[in-house]
Amino acid sequence: MVEARGEASLQPEAILQVRDLYKHYPLTQGILFKKQVGAVKAVDGVSFDLAPGETLGIVGESGCGKSTVAKMLVNLERPTAGTISYKGEDITKMSPKALRAVRRNIQMVFQDPYTSLNPRMTVGDIIGEPYEIHPEVAPKGSRRRKVQDLLDVVGLNPEYINRYPHQFSGGQRQRIGIARGLALQPEIIVADEPVSALDVSVQAQVVNLLENLQREFSLSYVFIAHDLSIVRHISDRVGVMYLGRIVEIGTDTEIYDHPTHPYTQALLSAVPVPDPEARAHRERIVLTGDVPSPADIPSGCRFRTRCWKAQERCALEVPALAVPVEFRLTDSPAKHDSACHFAEEKHVVPTEDDRE
Amino acid sequence: MLLEVRDLHVEFHTRDGVAKAVNGVDYSVDEGETLAVLGESGSGKSVTAQAVMGILDMPPGRITGGEILFQGQDLLKLKEEERRKVRGAKMAMIFQDALSSLNPVISVGDQLGEMFQVHRGMSRKDSRAKAVELMDRVRIPAAKERVGQYPHQFSGGMRQRIMIAMALALEPELIIADEPTTALDVTVQAQVMDLLAELQRELHMGLILITHDLGVVADVADKIAVMYAGRIVEHAPVHEIYEAPAHPYTKGLLESIPRLDQKGSQLYAIKGLPPNLLAIPPGCAFNPRCPLAQDRCRTDVPPLYEVTESPVPRRSACHYWKECLHG
Amino acid sequence: MPEPNYDEGAAIAPTGAGGAVDLAMSEGESLEKTPGGPLGTGPAGKPRSLWSDAWHDLRRNPVFIVSALVILFLVLISIWPSLIASGDPLDCDLAKAQEGSQPGHPFGFNGQGCDVYTRTVYGARTSVAVGVLATLGVAVLGSVLGGLAGFFGGGWDGFLSRITDVFFAIPVVLGGLVLLSVVTSNTVWPVIGFMVLLGWPQLSRIARGSVITAKQNDYVQAARALGASNSRMLLRHIAPNALAPVIVVATIALGTYISLEATLSFLGVGLKPPTVSWGIDISSASQYIRNAPHMLLWPAGALAVTVLAFIMLGDAVRDALDPKLR
Repeated sequence: MVEARGEASLQPEAILQVRDLYKHYPLTQGILFKKQVGAVKAVDGVSFDLAPGETLGIVGESGCGKSTVAKMLVNLERPTAGTISYKGEDITKMSPKALRAVRRNIQMVFQDPYTSLNPRMTVGDIIGEPYEIHPEVAPKGSRRRKVQDLLDVVGLNPEYINRYPHQFSGGQRQRIGIARGLALQPEIIVADEPVSALDVSVQAQVVNLLENLQREFSLSYVFIAHDLSIVRHISDRVGVMYLGRIVEIGTDTEIYDHPTHPYTQALLSAVPVPDPEARAHRERIVLTGDVPSPADIPSGCRFRTRCWKAQERCALEVPALAVPVEFRLTDSPAKHDSACHFAEEKHVVPTEDDRE
Repeated sequence: MLLEVRDLHVEFHTRDGVAKAVNGVDYSVDEGETLAVLGESGSGKSVTAQAVMGILDMPPGRITGGEILFQGQDLLKLKEEERRKVRGAKMAMIFQDALSSLNPVISVGDQLGEMFQVHRGMSRKDSRAKAVELMDRVRIPAAKERVGQYPHQFSGGMRQRIMIAMALALEPELIIADEPTTALDVTVQAQVMDLLAELQRELHMGLILITHDLGVVADVADKIAVMYAGRIVEHAPVHEIYEAPAHPYTKGLLESIPRLDQKGSQLYAIKGLPPNLLAIPPGCAFNPRCPLAQDRCRTDVPPLYEVTESPVPRRSACHYWKECLHG
Repeated sequence: MPEPNYDEGAAIAPTGAGGAVDLAMSEGESLEKTPGGPLGTGPAGKPRSLWSDAWHDLRRNPVFIVSALVILFLVLISIWPSLIASGDPLDCDLAKAQEGSQPGHPFGFNGQGCDVYTRTVYGARTSVAVGVLATLGVAVLGSVLGGLAGFFGGGWDGFLSRITDVFFAIPVVLGGLVLLSVVTSNTVWPVIGFMVLLGWPQLSRIARGSVITAKQNDYVQAARALGASNSRMLLRHIAPNALAPVIVVATIALGTYISLEATLSFLGVGLKPPTVSWGIDISSASQYIRNAPHMLLWPAGALAVTVLAFIMLGDAVRDALDPKLR
């Protein structure tokens, strides 16, 4: 694992390759003659790979651009620049016809189970709609059967097929949304905060379901969330986003147990842990100030305005997302990509040993 | 005791029937103490708090029984006028959504100052000075310059600070915080929670923290009341509940959350769904989802069994709390 | 459109992450798969669409029942006025002018000696026809233009918004006096045409707004992510969810068009004799109001009841379609 990391970006078998993805929303002034006065840089240079069968977690606070990345992956937003290659083909430059075929393979699960299902359609129509849009996947006669199978797969009674979304609870609705995402037998599922609107006791059910489905159908997930514990649980690799960029990326152990970027460390140290004993043992890094506006990103390192380590160099030089020099020759789990000039390992998540 | 809720019952009349939102809740908070009320949506945790504050929408809500003793006085027996004097001055509430709780067309300084003008009869100028003082207190940078700004000019975390400032304005003895940090980002959440805990210590207030987040609870609470289907199912000092829960629901919740410090294998999931308040299962409301359920649980409503006596009493509404505790 | 269960749940416990409320349903054990177990709080386990929920509500609403009965009656007599009136509204006898109630002529006679009862009954046809046709025209034109503008946005949307602003600036009665005074036709069409011309911007605004609201829902994004075409998104996902406000406003507007027709006819620019219309009758009766108030009373009463019925129906439908207002 550790050896492969350096070459990860070159791995030929990546099912999805994202390179230098940008999404800028222009800010205009004037009513009749609009002129651009700036841009909201929602996503500002994001690159990552997704291997088959892998779960890549993306964490970050609101406004960091993680949802915009998700939308670009499923083609709901067009990138301003950059490429998204699915099996080597750039989907941002595809013809509408070719795109339709690719869309089948990259599906999305939405956050809000109350707005992601059309209240005027029955569950059968909702889950069956993908077949109407892509009739080549399932002949007409077989569709009802397929929809019932899907209901069964996501743990709902197949007899519910004629009911309407409002007859279900939040957790059940999310299962319906997942069934719709599975209908076309995709290879990649992009899940944008799929459990954050659910109750705690229902979250676990849905997380387990997603994991079981991944095994059963060998799916690759891009799992976007703000809950760091859930992301660790479900992800093989985790990318941490701040103001439109990935600042640190690595395996779950590398990120959670050996974070080297100060933002990741602050984020992890702030997560409330369900263990009152940890209160005394934890050092909490309290960040000052607020996240800067994505329309006015600080020069150099974008985290420097809130960073306790920031020096002059940070304002001048943009740190690259690469293995920091300090760790390049080591063999420790701290050897992973981190966009910080002064990267250093810091232990912030309390482990069992701390409590003893 | 600062606040004591005794056997509170609240119902809602809906078009589909009567929803029993709160079914006999007892809890208490002392000065300087933090009680966390933990529960999922529909557990009745917020409804109880609204009844305590006297801001329950009636109708459709109706308090059908119980007492709410604040400094020994039953609030439910007070006239609305007298109640209003308690609200704001002696107990205050902090809501989840700061943006919709603040008036968008009135400047922050005026909203804070209004409290002093209404309750303390201060002049506009004096109340302005008080507003700046409060904003300083909740550590809003450049309070003097920002006092004339409007809510939308502040970030989410800053707005929640303003809400806290507003709640603290008249130095109440009790603060009820309903999911105060749920809408905030994790780094901001920590700041706001720390601030709240610190001010509480400083002013020696009672704090009721309503939340669904087991992590937040562990960080700040002294004691915890876990609610399910309108009842308290477990009540315990914070350390004990995390070490050894005495109710299968609490146990299930604790086991179902993923951990930050290790990847873990498959999550434990409580089966089924939270109950429908229009048709709460007979016997123990948790029985259809409970791994320990026996025949008795389907017929007999479990009382709150005494698990341990002191210093903070520990109780569990499970017939088989011993099995749960040791199993 | 929020469904009732979610709504009531929210009233009970406005908490939890993102306000999602899970109290709505019981027993539908997702993991246990209790076969066909009772799910939901309504008639056990029946699929209930939002439309059928609304209908369920409407049936119990006395306001709806009364207004619907009135409208049903109006529609019946405008199709078959002879059901309850045997005479001819144009069969007048000047000798009986202004006479009061007498056997066989319960409402008396008007200034020309025509039977007021027969004319009031026949007047319903004109009023209902003008109201229904004008509303249909307005609803179709307004919701298509407004809906497309809302869906596609951009330049077309901006252009349409300016056009509707221009139309909103035209005072209705003044516009009617100017435009309709040059028309010589004796049919109802110029009046209907005028109403559609001035009425569509109102509906197009409503339609545009509700399409924009519906468009932002995740289920539209979900359809787009599946590769759905624009027409599928519009027809299958947006239109059914954007329809309710349009229906409500159109129903209420129907009442106002009927009263507008009467106003224009009263002013002499709407319908003209020999067409039988409440507006014309009110106009001619107003000269005799001191001597023969009954001439005014009946057509004016019928007009008021009709307009009220449509407005009440619109209100009832709105309440049923949007439980949030309760």
